[in-house]
Amino acid sequence: MNRIEEKFVELGTQQRAALMPYLPLGYPTVEESQDLIRVIADAGADMIELGVPFSDPLADGPVIQHATQVALKNGVTLAKCLAMARAARDAGVTIPLILMGYANPILRYGIAAFARDAQNAGVDGLIVPDLPPEEAGAFDAATRAHDLALIFLAAPTSTPERLQKIAAATRGFVYLVSVVGVTGARAQLAADLSSFVARVRAITSKPVCVGFGIANAESARQVAQIADGVIVGSALVNKIGNGNAIQAAREFIAELRGAINHKIE
Amino acid sequence: MIGRFGEYGGQFVPETLMAALAELDDAFNAARMDDAFQNQFVDLSAHFTGRPTPLYFASRLTEFCGGAKIYLKREDLAHTGAHKINNALGQGLLAKRMGKTRIVAETGAGQHGVASAAVCAMLGLECIVYMGTEDMRRQAPNVYRMKLLGAEVRGVDAGSATLKDAINEAIRDWVTNVQTTHYLLGSALGPHPYPTMVREFQAVIGHEARAQMLATEKRLPDLLIACVGGGSNSIGLFHAFRDDDVAMIGVEAGGLGIASGKHAARFAEARPGVLHGTYTYVLQDDDGQVRATHSVSAGLDYPAVGPEHAHLFDTERVGYTYATDDEALNAFHQLARLEGILPALESAHAVAEAIKRAREMPRDEIVLVNLSGRGDKDLQTVMSASGEQ
Repeated sequence: MNRIEEKFVELGTQQRAALMPYLPLGYPTVEESQDLIRVIADAGADMIELGVPFSDPLADGPVIQHATQVALKNGVTLAKCLAMARAARDAGVTIPLILMGYANPILRYGIAAFARDAQNAGVDGLIVPDLPPEEAGAFDAATRAHDLALIFLAAPTSTPERLQKIAAATRGFVYLVSVVGVTGARAQLAADLSSFVARVRAITSKPVCVGFGIANAESARQVAQIADGVIVGSALVNKIGNGNAIQAAREFIAELRGAINHKIE
Repeated sequence: MIGRFGEYGGQFVPETLMAALAELDDAFNAARMDDAFQNQFVDLSAHFTGRPTPLYFASRLTEFCGGAKIYLKREDLAHTGAHKINNALGQGLLAKRMGKTRIVAETGAGQHGVASAAVCAMLGLECIVYMGTEDMRRQAPNVYRMKLLGAEVRGVDAGSATLKDAINEAIRDWVTNVQTTHYLLGSALGPHPYPTMVREFQAVIGHEARAQMLATEKRLPDLLIACVGGGSNSIGLFHAFRDDDVAMIGVEAGGLGIASGKHAARFAEARPGVLHGTYTYVLQDDDGQVRATHSVSAGLDYPAVGPEHAHLFDTERVGYTYATDDEALNAFHQLARLEGILPALESAHAVAEAIKRAREMPRDEIVLVNLSGRGDKDLQTVMSASGEQ
């Protein structure tokens, strides 16, 4: 069983939602980012999304866009991201690690070589925001061959037919994009989020995790009442970008973890 | 896999846009078959755009080269000064048909932005144009023109602050406002159905040119030449001649030369990848990061090329070459002096290649150049390149 599946089984017995921070690798510096993986795991994250920087991140809002541009200036490549995952494993991080990155760097690396090297680096899953199931043939085959969960996104605009297709194709969990829009913390959760989650739950027994727009502990708490996982990206990036990244991350993750340590209703 | 040209094309976009792309594809296919839509498009093409544009025999340029006859397809004489209006009109009508009230567009040289703004004004649609701040500097008159036409121009500082970054921002806006907004993409690139749809709206160029050539010379040309940024003017010319025994050349921006690395000649390196929703040739580094480009012409300054061109390159139906900034500027001056026409710097790349080729061809052969736009917008760039300011 893949680490992601194991984690959801474990969380299921605790009846608790997963806390899944998104960390852009190489931000604010390569060294801090390497340490942040372990710090965030120790502070209570259940899984971590490791962001692979790309020059043209068109699904991302200004905060993550900026962070990935800094990461590129810091010399981060896909190969270095894999090395950072490997180093985190060597430093004792045992929770699932999921790479999130755009299609082009993976295509350039070579899909099969990437899947092999990602598995060897201790990576458990892959999220590609510009890869709908229709285009995923080669990615799907390669990730299956190397026990990586290829995770697809569902959006509020997805038709019922598309939700079926996404739920069938995704492995690990369904990644629900909570808003019509790009990444970025929002003051409030989308009003129709719970009905969106319900629509997806009605067609799949796979875990359902919600990301995009979750700004703070209160939003995380609300999402944790209806979903199997809470993904927090831009809000964390904001915290670690304001100096003393390690301490800020440790405190914010602990706060989020405290907010979602209740049972799923 | 839908929307492929050989292995190129596809729909590499965030899930949020997939339903909108399907809706657009359906609306486009229905409109193609709808006489009322087609009649409106043809009517407005005649009375708003000013079609057909003339086919002009460039006798003094021909004499200067001393070889093949050179004809110019005068898209520079279309309303708003470039071929971009053909596609803007078609998509504007489609947006109305889909009930969208808001248009977002991107622009490099400003030609597509001005065309979109004009069509939106005429159809009563809200228009937001994203433009790199570097391009806003290079194309200041077009920025003002768009504002006069009622569009809001939003500057983009990210990345290289050029066309690529303007497209990123337009897509982000579309992802956020997709329920009310149509993305009026300006070239034959992006996710399916854009490359096919834009080609179909631009195919009028080639259909007219082919008929005009047969009427004038009683024969088809031997060689077609057009510049290739995203590739819409060139595919619009080439498409009507695809089954004819006619050679075709697409001219990319050679910038400061291939060896300098400062160029936008995608076929010089021919590395496939994904940018802006399509699988095509992309200028990129070894790690798959999209590279900065350079061209004196903002409209060719783009790191990817329309996916149908990638296929035409692989199958060798079209030959691709490039003209450097200096060659394009020289051609700009030569066309001005010899024919009284200021070409857009984009089009000047095609003229530069025509001058090279015509010289080597016999006098009884014919070269047809797509003069995709006019050069009034480029006066500042040409002045500073000529040391006039």
